Amino acid sequence: MKSVLIKRARIIDPSQGMDRVADVFIRDGRIENIAENSIDPKSIIDPENILGPENIIDADGQILCPGFIDIHVHLCEPGQSQKGTIASESRAAAGSGFTKLVCSPNTIPVIDSPAIVSLIQDKAKEAGYCQVFPLGALTQGLAGEQLSEMYALKEAGCIGVSNGRRPVKSMALLRALEYAATHNLTVFLRPEDSSLSDNGCVHEGYMATRLGLQGVSRESETVALTRDLLLVQRTGVKAHFSNISCAESVELIANAQQRGLPVTAGTSIHHLHLTDSSIDGYNVQCHVSPPFRSEEDLVALRQGVADGIISVICSDHHSHETAAKMAPFAVTEPGISSLDSFLPLGLLLVEHNIFSMEQFITAITHGPAQVIDQPLGKIKRGEIADLCLFSPRREWILEPSTMLSQGHNTPFLFQKLTGKVTATWLSGKLVYQFP
Amino acid sequence: MQNTSLQLNQLGQLKHFLDVEGLSKELLTEILDTADSFISVGKQQVKKVPLLRGTTVVNLFFEASTRTRTTFELAAKRLSADVINMNISTSATSKGESLMDMLRNLEAMDADMFVVRHENSGAPHFIAEYVTPNVAVVNAGDGRHAHPTQAMLDMATIRRHKGDFENLSVAIVGDIMHSRVARSQIHALKILGAKEIRLISPETLLPPFIENLGATVYHDMRDGVADVDVVIMLRLQKERMQSALLPSEQEFFNLYGLTETKLKLAKSDAIIMHPGPINRGVEIQSEVADCDRSVILNQVNYGIAVRMAIMSMAMAGQNQSSLSSISDKGGEK
Repeated sequence: MKSVLIKRARIIDPSQGMDRVADVFIRDGRIENIAENSIDPKSIIDPENILGPENIIDADGQILCPGFIDIHVHLCEPGQSQKGTIASESRAAAGSGFTKLVCSPNTIPVIDSPAIVSLIQDKAKEAGYCQVFPLGALTQGLAGEQLSEMYALKEAGCIGVSNGRRPVKSMALLRALEYAATHNLTVFLRPEDSSLSDNGCVHEGYMATRLGLQGVSRESETVALTRDLLLVQRTGVKAHFSNISCAESVELIANAQQRGLPVTAGTSIHHLHLTDSSIDGYNVQCHVSPPFRSEEDLVALRQGVADGIISVICSDHHSHETAAKMAPFAVTEPGISSLDSFLPLGLLLVEHNIFSMEQFITAITHGPAQVIDQPLGKIKRGEIADLCLFSPRREWILEPSTMLSQGHNTPFLFQKLTGKVTATWLSGKLVYQFP
Repeated sequence: MQNTSLQLNQLGQLKHFLDVEGLSKELLTEILDTADSFISVGKQQVKKVPLLRGTTVVNLFFEASTRTRTTFELAAKRLSADVINMNISTSATSKGESLMDMLRNLEAMDADMFVVRHENSGAPHFIAEYVTPNVAVVNAGDGRHAHPTQAMLDMATIRRHKGDFENLSVAIVGDIMHSRVARSQIHALKILGAKEIRLISPETLLPPFIENLGATVYHDMRDGVADVDVVIMLRLQKERMQSALLPSEQEFFNLYGLTETKLKLAKSDAIIMHPGPINRGVEIQSEVADCDRSVILNQVNYGIAVRMAIMSMAMAGQNQSSLSSISDKGGEK
């Protein structure tokens, strides 16, 4: 493995409260040295690793952080390789600075047996771009009835359990949470009362009325969230709400956290940018679930991140083949291929003073690391070198030809974005480099 | 707005007809004037004009309809077009052939115009977006979004019986929530400058923020119809009774059915309209539907002329845009 000397980067590691300019030396997959005074390459004596110019990166003006963690991503494999593969999508993730991914159990077949867990882990290792942690199914086949073999799934490597978007009846949910708590598994919940969603595809607001599309009320989320929080309170299970979309949900989560419930919440990067006005003209690229809501909801979600109530920003990355979006709005498949544009969209919120750079990086490193209870690649002597280096001012255009994700389904296509990942290291191995 | 640019060519003429929203008063008036000139065609012995001779119109109906399809077919035939009717169950397109593949096949047969009815809101927009240039798309009703030709024939009916829109109060009564007709009527009345649009319905049948379209909501029909010039009744689908939206047909009729008693509260010369087919005794009392103030059958009659106007205008707009694109190419050389 090559040694690397990264010179003069601004190092931001919120887990240690670190924000300073220094040189970082990586050897044998670990951070060997961090020095404020410039490290002279000649001072590094290692007969096996002679540092040539190709091992030295001048990172002046760039930011070095722990590798990002995305705890809500769909990797499509097994079962939907027409949309993307573990290799293609984890490569896109590495291209956006991510080194750890938590993938949803809604694969085909679903992740409800250790064999599928192993398959995903093997494919991820073979691809070698990111560490992938699968979520196990909360119920068998995600059918919402019979408990899955959660203990076996945990043993196989699942870091939590989830039923994805699929509904679970209240009694089955109560039992599932009790069982997950027994085995100290975190449950990843997506609060939605499907009878209140009424097969809706957009936020229930003026835009839905104007376009004649069935709306999804806020109550479909908040009623389910209220139920889920009461069941969390009863069972004591650790719960993460992966992608909340409404202002009232932020309040409910804040209230639960104040009462000391073991509850965390996340929202997607695109829910921090878009409202239901984005669907005007039947823009199928803005068909997502939960739907983009009103301006007030957007403001509340942003404030929730700033206040630390929402401790995780996820991609909710969902790559699709072209045909999945080539239909009338309601019958298109929801989801955005969001990994490629993730960093610049986050930096834009920092630029607009919605939250600080430190808060943003916390929400994609330290915040999610705490949810999945995994050691974070800290920027510290002796730690594993999971790192992301990015140029915060570099401008580029999101184009299909240069997108790394297999799916090009994004409303940000052809937009000028600011901020580009220039290098990603996974255990000291360079897995992505730009240009 | 995107819809507008999608349905107009670079000269501002209609090339598709997808939605009333976003169109100008001048354009709507042009449609109404053109329709007036076509009304006489139906009275001639030879009910044909040669405007669309040699063009192929495909009625693409993904949702069952007899009346609308028939009036479109008659309109196209009176314009001398060749007409193909295709009734496709949506399950066929969702399971096997995609909508896109079906379109490509029809285009390969050199169709010139698609008249589309679809259960999904926005389906005609989707088709118009991806259809080859020179093919016109006319919306014959999409989901609960729009039914613009119905709205225009309603406007033609109101104009012929009431004249100018400026002084008119119009009440639309019934299931606004699921009604593409109501949404298009509201847009059309707004653009044509109607004085007042009232929506009369229980809360369960009103979509959220509908008043943002520029209408006033009434829950009590007696207040709602007071002194209006036009009463438009909407059809109530029977399945609404099963989905916790209404308790019974009887209660709906008592509260929102148009009866002689309630009609007395409207202006004495108020006209009664309905997009059809009517449910006698559910949204309208039988005697009221048949009384001399009812213009329900006139609507059907004007419907053919209005659809002739829209089809001929859209086809002309398509030809115009292909002519100018040819001249653009000429300019490049």
